[in-house]
Amino acid sequence: MRPAALWRAGGLVVLLAAAAVIPLAKNVTVTHVGVFVLLYVGAAVAWNIFSGFTGYISLGAAVFFGTGVYTVALLSKHLNLAGGIVFALYPLAGLVAAVVAVPFGLIALRVRRHTFVVVTIAVFFIFQLMASNFSWTGGTTGIFPPFLNWDPATFDMPFYYTALIIAVASAVLAWAIWGSRFGLQLRAIRDDEDRARGLGVRTMRAKLTAFVISGFITGVLGGLYFYFQSEALPQYAFNPFFDLTIALMAFLGGFGTLSGPIFGALLLEPYLGYAQFQVSNAYVAEGVLGALFLVVIILLPRGILPTVGEKLTALRASRQRRAAARGIGPPSGAPAGVAPAGSAAGPTARSAP
Amino acid sequence: MTALLRTDGVAKAFGGVHALSDCSIEVDRGSIAGLIGPNGSGKTTLFNMITGYGHVDSGDVYLNDAKITNLAPDRVFALGIGRTFQLTRVFSRLTVMENMIVAAHYKERSGERGGWLRNPFARAGGAATRERAMELLEFTGIAKLAGDRAETLSYGQRKLLELSYVLIAEPEIILLDEPAGGVNPTLIGTISERIRELNRQGTTFLIVEHNMEFVMGLCDQVTVLDNGTPVVSGAPDVIRNDHRVLDAYLGTAEEDDDSSAA
Repeated sequence: MRPAALWRAGGLVVLLAAAAVIPLAKNVTVTHVGVFVLLYVGAAVAWNIFSGFTGYISLGAAVFFGTGVYTVALLSKHLNLAGGIVFALYPLAGLVAAVVAVPFGLIALRVRRHTFVVVTIAVFFIFQLMASNFSWTGGTTGIFPPFLNWDPATFDMPFYYTALIIAVASAVLAWAIWGSRFGLQLRAIRDDEDRARGLGVRTMRAKLTAFVISGFITGVLGGLYFYFQSEALPQYAFNPFFDLTIALMAFLGGFGTLSGPIFGALLLEPYLGYAQFQVSNAYVAEGVLGALFLVVIILLPRGILPTVGEKLTALRASRQRRAAARGIGPPSGAPAGVAPAGSAAGPTARSAP
Repeated sequence: MTALLRTDGVAKAFGGVHALSDCSIEVDRGSIAGLIGPNGSGKTTLFNMITGYGHVDSGDVYLNDAKITNLAPDRVFALGIGRTFQLTRVFSRLTVMENMIVAAHYKERSGERGGWLRNPFARAGGAATRERAMELLEFTGIAKLAGDRAETLSYGQRKLLELSYVLIAEPEIILLDEPAGGVNPTLIGTISERIRELNRQGTTFLIVEHNMEFVMGLCDQVTVLDNGTPVVSGAPDVIRNDHRVLDAYLGTAEEDDDSSAA
């Protein structure tokens, strides 16, 4: 293996090991924040599979999240479900969200770029309004699950490990898609959709498939949220803040790269969790988030990982040039074209933006 | 010879501007056909109408006598019409090789039984595709750039990449929109050599070009478009001496060999 690949693999192992042992510290706050971190890692990765790969910025991911929340909430209410069975409902939450994604996508994906963003926001508000106003959703009072008679000290643990599994599975799926024909088609759409069509790519089908996959994962996470937070309220299930946060995470880490959204979520969500507990005024936390968004867009429009990766590559290249000038350098044997560490995992890392 | 590609009375208006009206052309199988005319005469619009990048107002397009009017671009491509664009359009953040693979998908898909559906996560570009892609990149002379991102290519190299990835799908006919525009003379020579070679192997070409030397040296048949209507069609010698052509170009046909800006 190349050194860069070794570093990357090593980093992944350390990260996974750390994630696996964190709850063993039995610190309730840490585990609780940890669930949110993993939830956002999964959501940011799911968002990236559609928006990052195709370049269609969606601010409607909360539609899928809320759909997942309410799917599990309604099932639990009508069937009075409690106990381990609740974890079996998550795939169902994902499926319902995926079904919602089909008409949503068929409507929204007819338009491009800015118009698409606006359409996703509009659909999002329609869903939030429906959740607040229908009687079967519980309206603004929402739905609360049957009491889970679990030990409070370890209450979060099953949610933590489920969220970990979902997050890892999403990341693996994103990696598998990236290098596949399907993934290549999505990235071709991002660069020039009309040209891709002219080369035989069925763009609508590709976009819609990515949209549905993204919706499925986000719906599963919504399902997890319901019992974990013990509530389904319109303003939290369909939360505009959720959309902005995952988009910011992806942009912060590296929009359209594989590891960027994960990095962004790992960086940002602990802060948000901390702020929720420690900053008495919630608006301060939101204000900081908004300011951060501006800083990222202005200073790091492509995200931290791609920018840092580029700097590293440039540094390495200049060092090589200097070495070559002195006549002692390796004869261009060094990894030309090897991706900067961390820009993306996998064999196609070279083209990761 | 029979007409491989044929348009029959195609008309297209943008608002009040009639870009094409009663436009009927024929491209014979196995030929290299040229399409010339002053700027704004409707050449690119005709390309767009043929390849599905826009809807005709009236008239029809036929490939092998089958009607393909107003089909979507991916369908037109699948039926065997490849095209390049006047302003090159490559996938800038994909590598040169990945650009090739995108265009090869259609061919791969039809090659294996249900391949796409059976394993959507199959790695992009099998060994055979990559090998074929390398051959074509060598053919066009940009093989050493295979691992580079397309955005790092020069304008001329992008033209060659566009030609390469259209070729990988082995279309019956290739529509080239100003292949020589903004390209240095040496490269123009390479491009016209490649076109001739492909034509010998059976590919039909329809070429829009302002470089008269290039068109007249390469094409068997040239059609002159003026104000969206073909005014004359014939062998290069005939076209060169036709007064209607000179009229269309306001008498500058012979000197007008580098007006690539449209």
